[in-house]
Formats: sequence, structure tokens, C-alpha cells
Amino acid sequence: MTYLAKPKLLSADAPKNALGYTRRDYEGAISTLCAGCGHDSISASIVQACFDLDIEPHRVAKLSGIGCSSKTPDYFLGNSHGFNSVHGRMPSVLTGAALANRNLLYLGVSGDGDSASIGIGQFAHAMRRGVNMTYIVENNGVYGLTKGQFSATADKGSKSKKGVLNSDSPIDLAALALQLGATYVARSFSGDKEQLVPLIKGALRHNGPALIDVLSPCVTFNNHGGSTRSYDYVRQHNEAVNRVEVILPRDPIETSYPPGSLRRIVQHDGSILHLRKLDVDYDPSDRIGAINHLQERQALGEIVTGLLYVDSSAQDMHSHLNTVEKPLNQLGDAYLCPGSRALDALNALLR
Amino acid sequence: MTSAQSIESSNDFVIKFANVNGSGSSSANELFARAVMRMGVPVAPRNIFPSNIQGLPTWYEVRVSEAGWLGARGGCDMMIAMNPQTWDRDVAAVDAGGYLFYDSTKPMPASKFRDDITVLGVPLTAMCNREYTDPRQRQLFKNVMYVGALIALIVDRYRGKDPLIQANVHALRLGYDYVRAHLPCPIGLTVRRADAVGDRIFIDGNSACGLGAVYGGATVAGWYPITPSTSVIESFTSYCRKFRTDPDSGHARYAAVQAEDELASIGMVIGAAWNGARAFTATSGPGISLMQEFFGLAYFAEIPAVIFDVQRGSPSTGMPTKTQQSDLLACAYASHGDTRHVLLFPENPYECFTFGALAFDLADRLQTPVFVLSDLDMGMNESLCKPFDWDDSRRYDRGKLMTYDELEAGKDFGRYLDVDGDGIPYRTIPGTHPTKGAYFTRGTTRNAYAKYSESGADYVYNMERLRRKFDTAKKLVPAPVLHAASQPTRFGAIHFGSTNPAMAEASALLEADGIHVDTLRVCGFPFCDEIMQFIAEHEQVFVVEQNESGQLRSLLINEGEIDPKKLVRVLHYDGSPITARFISGRIADALSDRKISPIRKVAS
Repeated sequence: MTYLAKPKLLSADAPKNALGYTRRDYEGAISTLCAGCGHDSISASIVQACFDLDIEPHRVAKLSGIGCSSKTPDYFLGNSHGFNSVHGRMPSVLTGAALANRNLLYLGVSGDGDSASIGIGQFAHAMRRGVNMTYIVENNGVYGLTKGQFSATADKGSKSKKGVLNSDSPIDLAALALQLGATYVARSFSGDKEQLVPLIKGALRHNGPALIDVLSPCVTFNNHGGSTRSYDYVRQHNEAVNRVEVILPRDPIETSYPPGSLRRIVQHDGSILHLRKLDVDYDPSDRIGAINHLQERQALGEIVTGLLYVDSSAQDMHSHLNTVEKPLNQLGDAYLCPGSRALDALNALLR
Repeated sequence: MTSAQSIESSNDFVIKFANVNGSGSSSANELFARAVMRMGVPVAPRNIFPSNIQGLPTWYEVRVSEAGWLGARGGCDMMIAMNPQTWDRDVAAVDAGGYLFYDSTKPMPASKFRDDITVLGVPLTAMCNREYTDPRQRQLFKNVMYVGALIALIVDRYRGKDPLIQANVHALRLGYDYVRAHLPCPIGLTVRRADAVGDRIFIDGNSACGLGAVYGGATVAGWYPITPSTSVIESFTSYCRKFRTDPDSGHARYAAVQAEDELASIGMVIGAAWNGARAFTATSGPGISLMQEFFGLAYFAEIPAVIFDVQRGSPSTGMPTKTQQSDLLACAYASHGDTRHVLLFPENPYECFTFGALAFDLADRLQTPVFVLSDLDMGMNESLCKPFDWDDSRRYDRGKLMTYDELEAGKDFGRYLDVDGDGIPYRTIPGTHPTKGAYFTRGTTRNAYAKYSESGADYVYNMERLRRKFDTAKKLVPAPVLHAASQPTRFGAIHFGSTNPAMAEASALLEADGIHVDTLRVCGFPFCDEIMQFIAEHEQVFVVEQNESGQLRSLLINEGEIDPKKLVRVLHYDGSPITARFISGRIADALSDRKISPIRKVAS
């Protein structure tokens, strides 16, 4: 049960990061999800990414909608404020939070029902608006909490646990995000933490809307033969375009790859993304190319993963709005209230 | 020109302008209203407009009242009939003995006129075509020309020095001079200089709401366009550009984001307020419907939010461009589940400003959504009101925020713990302290320390605390305003919002007939004790409101456990603003009804 605290016992030699925190300091309540749920691996990857990046937990705000995926923010970053909001409406709540304080890290966690079905409108507009956030979709193709109905990302022709074939076309959230203006777009698999953790790290250090569509099998309702979201199916069809390594400005760079096999991208905050190419022709700075690649490979039945697109010079919503550097929620009365003299002058104009 | 007994009235009449929308008439009409106001005579203008941009009928009504009655009066003493589409109904709308002003360029058959009104024709189109070649100029200056003609007809002595009139002075002069030369001036309706405006200001309620949000410290606005509320946001952003642009960097100390729909608007507001910014949205009835689930979440998760609801009847449920007070119940109990919300009822632009600013303090203090219920009549029409004021020693009440120092000192933090007995818990803003004070906000049950719970006891503790909090709100919303009749009476009338000017005038009309009614204007919800006391002290209480179902009455019955028979409905809901004639007529009728004739005896 989630209200049970985790035991505080820790071995004395548990590794600490630069802030002196152990991984435990980034964990949350014990998960109530099914044993083997892909979502728990994603939570663990978020913990690892935040630990590795020396993120102060209280500088993160984690927000979610409703559903199995949206319950998970309770299970990581226990020292961060969290907000389990309304079904399909997390993006607007996150947008508002980001407007109020531009200096926190915003982590949105959602599911395929939450983002692609009921919440596709808010998903789309948060991407368009350039909200500076890491938006993780824990995509399993079904509604878990209501016991296995198809969601809008379920592939056409895939079979439900009860044997029903899905007749509706799927929504590809990564492709959609590319089209709508997300400036960091990745796809990954909850069963591949080596791929996922660096993608989350890159997203957290990205300035602008970062979407990670993580295929995350539902062990209870969507892990059977005929499903296109089962562990086996995703493993068999996973085609990674690259492997990412996030290098912080403080880190020594020790990489030796054959020429041409590595791409180096410097992000807004000085962090460096090292992309080891698996598909030599793939260019993650080419948005149109990324969209085409996704569609071509999807037609072949492949699931394309990796860092699909990144615009390292992206600007975010606050620069579009030209807001002050200081967070709006910290502006004092004197900065906000024009006072009585201004009002008297205004009254004079209104006579 | 024929006439029956012509209406003779100085500084007390209603002029209506019938126009085609999109023709630029409204600025000319406003010019007229301002000109009268600047002669020291109070005016109450109202726009009656279609849901359309160009080509449909629109009316502008100006009530001239030296006595200062600002409610709609009803009737029409003079019609400026500039719209052929509505000619017949416009001619019919003129009170007997009234005046009809029209463009006489094209001859009209006698059957198109009435013989009990004075008809005043000026060949406006012919004059404009002579004077101007550009089609747009012809149109715009025709409007100004009829204002000039009107001034010649009704203003005793016109002095062309008024700065506002200078701009279009040539066209104005053309109209003015033509009438002076061709028609007998003045007619029976006249405007004479007076000193009845005082230091009052002339502004619409939506502009005042936007300004109230600036003074109230709002930094985030999430919104979606909807008439009649859109200009609240336009006003907010325009005043922010003026007052909230950082002088050094040129950066904005505010953010206004146009959302994709009302759900996103309120979501942004709630996200921003959760994160410690003062945030608001402005909407109308349909937006309120769409925002319901979020209101419930904000109530239950205890997040401040300010909502300006400029009420009207539609779409979905009525007339999109007509005024109503019909969102009371939708706002008071917004959302599924057991929710109740704080409402404020401003009566005019002055209160749109003060209640608007106050709403942000209340939302932070009570950690809950606060609705400011304006309406189309108040929101979109300029009206005279007392000048805005602000006490510079006032500081924003940010409510119970637990600080870094308090957390560091080890103060117990239970997000939903009632520490002070007023039902209001402490909250922390994200980022306050590295290791203390973080909590998980959710719309599901949690214990006093914000931990997930499915225990009935935890749920009940929380609901009882929320009830205590709502009781606390009673003491914080603005007190009702009592107007005692000139003699002790057993009759009372309760009303709210933009009904006030009509109610005040109705009281005067009733007093003149020897009917005495104490009136009480409700300014907020939850209802404070004075309201229930007022009802208890009167035998019969009229509840005067602008909706069909008696929403304020329902709320009073429900919240105050009042006997429904005691509260008599006085309901006006045809989309036009309520009038004093209507209210006084209904109350007089009710009191003369045989069934309550004993009461009538007392009354008269």
C-alpha cells in the first residue's frame, strides 16, 4: 500500500551523488502496481536519472493525470511536490505550474489513455506552446485500472486479452509531438533501462518540451500473444536508431568511437548529448526526416526507439511570453500592485 | 410631421439608436452618451447586440437621468432609426408622444410612420454622399452626422468646445447645422447642463475586473475567448503592459496564455495557483460547465483560483448576447461530489474592481476557488460609478503558507490538518525546503498528512474540516448592504449584482406609492448571518433576480433552511436588463393580490 513508508535501513556504503544523496533519497512510496509492471521500471529509471544528474528533489514538480501511469509519481521523488490531477488534463496543470515558477523542473507523467485518448487536446497544445518540461508517456496500449480496454495508441489489428481485435488506427504520440513542435522527442522501452535512463537525463536537461514515449507493457491486460505491446513483441520489433549518453559540463569526456559513428549535441544548459549511431543514416536534428523515418519503419512493423529528434537551441514558453527572470510566484507586492497614485491618474482618464 | 401630445422632458428620457452592426455606429453612439455625461447629466448606456460581426441589427440605448438612475428603464422616448431591416419594430417601439429620427434621403410612404409620434427626417445619406467620396467615410461620418443632428435637437445650448466632440467636428457640424436650419429646435426632450455626475468615473465592468486582477496581484491568466468575458482578459493584459512591464528589462511581470479550451484555462490556473502564483480565468456560463471537474478538484485538493464569470444565457441554454444572472447554482455547487464554492456578487464596475482584487486574497486565505459573478449588462456596458480607490498600506493576504524557516525549525506540517480550528490547513509551495514539506496533491482521499487513504474516518475528518472552512468563509465575504424603507415594514426584498440600480429605483417608485420594502443586497456566498436575520425579521421577502428558476432563492432556501413560502420570486429573464418598472410592478401586484391582502393593508 502506498501509505507504507519504505524502511530507512540503508547500507553505509550506498553510493552518494554530488549532493550527498543516495538513490533512496529519490525514491517515493512503495508501488501498488502489479508485479512486473513496466511502469515501475520507468519510475526506477527516473530515480536513477535524477540521482545521476544531482537534481535536488525539491526543485522538481511531478505532475500526472489519472490512470495506472499517473499513480506512479507517488512512487518516486518523495521529496518533490506532486500533483495527481484530472484525467487527461495534466498538461494544462503543468503549464500553469511552469508559468508560476520557471526555475523548477517539471516532470509530467501520463499514460496512453490519459494522453492519447481523453487528453490528446491538452497533450497537443502543451507541445505547441513550448512548455519546458519532461513529458513521459507510459504507453501500454490499454486501460489498466478499468481492466483492459484498448486505448488510442493500440495498434490496429492487435488483440485484447479477451480476444477482441482493435479496429481503430493508432495514434503515434512521438510522431504527433514531432509535428506539433516538441523539441526533444524520444521513444524507448521500459524493459531497456540502459536506453531509457540517458533519454530521461537528456530530457531533464533539455530546454523546451521533451516527450518520451515509453512502451511499457501491462503484465495483467496486455502481455499476451496477439498484443503488440507485450514484452516479447516489443523486444522482437525494437529498432533503436541511436544510443545516448548525457555528459554534464563537469564530466570528463572519455569516449572513443570510430569517426562518423558519434554525434555530439550541446544543449542549452551546456550538457552534451553523445549519440552513438546505430542507424548510420539517421539524423536526429532533422525533424521532417524523423517523421518520415518513423512512418516508413512503422509500415514495416518496426518500433523505432532512441532519441528521434532534438533541437538544442529551442526556446520555451517563457521566452515566447517574455516573462521576467524571477519566478512570477516570487514577485512581491511592490512589483505587482501599481498603487493608489496610478489609480488616481486612471480615474482622471475615465471621467 | 405630425404629433400627438409630445413628450416633454428635460434630463430624463431614453433614446435608442437602431443600427446595423459593424457599421461603426457604436463609437458615434458612445460619443453622444459621453457628451451628455460631460454636461454633468448622468447617463446609463447599454448595447444590445447580436452574436455576429457584421450586418445584423444592433441597438444602443441611452438612458439620460439627472436623478442618477442607472438601471434600465424600459420604453423609448426617441428612436434614431438607422436600420431599414428593423424599421417597423423600431417605429412601433417608440412611446406615444415620442420622437422618431430617420434618414429622409429616400422617400417613405406615410403608412410606414405613426401619427402619435413626432417624426424628424434628415437626409443623412444624401448629405454624406455630397460631402464624402470614400464609402467607408460615408458610412462612418453618417453616424457622426446624426449625433450632430441629435445634439441640435435636444441640447439646449451646444458649445462645440468639448474635446471629445472635436475629432469629428466637421461631420458633426453638418448634421447640427442642417437640423438648426430645417427643423424646429429643441424638441420636447432636452438636455440641460447639470452637476449630477460628480467625480464618478465611466467604465465597463470587464475593464474593472481586469484592473482588479492587476491590483489583486494576479500574475497568471489562463483563458479561452468567450463573449461576454473576453474583455476582462484584454483589460488585464493591457493594464499589465502599462503597470507590469519591468522598466529595466522590458520583461513582463505576468503571463496571460490563451488556452485551447476552458478545461485547459482552469487547469493552468489551478497549476499556477498550486505553485504559488495568483492566477485567474474569465469565462461565461458554458465555460463554467466545462470547468466543473477542475472546480471539484480545486475544492477538494484546496487550491486557490479566481474565476470571473460574466454571466449570459448561452450557447447551449439560451441567448448568447443577452444578460442573465443564471450561473449561481452552477457555480455555488460546481462539480460532482460534495462541493461548495465561495461567490462574490459585484453590483457595478467599482465593485468589479474591489471584489476582483479581494477575490485573490480570499482564494489564498481559504485555499479554494472564488467566483466573481458579473454579468453581460455590467460587464460590457460602461456605467457611472464611484472612482476606484486603493489603500497603499494594504498587503496581499497570502494565507497560511508554511515557510522554509518554520519547516526547518521542525514545525509539524500536515497539509490537511486543522491546526487553528478554522478549517484552513497550512500549505507549502513546491521548492520551499529540500527535505521537508513536500506532499502529494490528489483528488482522492488522504489523511491529514496528505497520505493516500481509503479510510472512511479520514474522509469524514476532511469533509468536516471543509465544512468548518466554509463557515469561516462566511465571515470573510463582503457583508450584505441594507436599505431600510422610510417606514418600518414587514416586507423585504433580497437581490444581488447588477439588479441593484433597478432595485434602488423600484424602491423609490414603491415608496412614492406608499409601499415600503426594506431591501438587502447580497454581496457574497456563503451567506452571512445578517441575510438570514433579514429574512427572519420580515414576513414576506421578495427575491429579485435575473433568471428563470429563482437561483438565489433556491440557494437561500437550501443554505438557510428557509420556508419556501416566505420567499416570493420576482424573476426577470427575457435577456434584457431588469428594470425598476418591472420590479415595482411585480411587488405592487403581489402585495395587492387578494391572497395576501392583509399584508397589503399593512403596506399601504
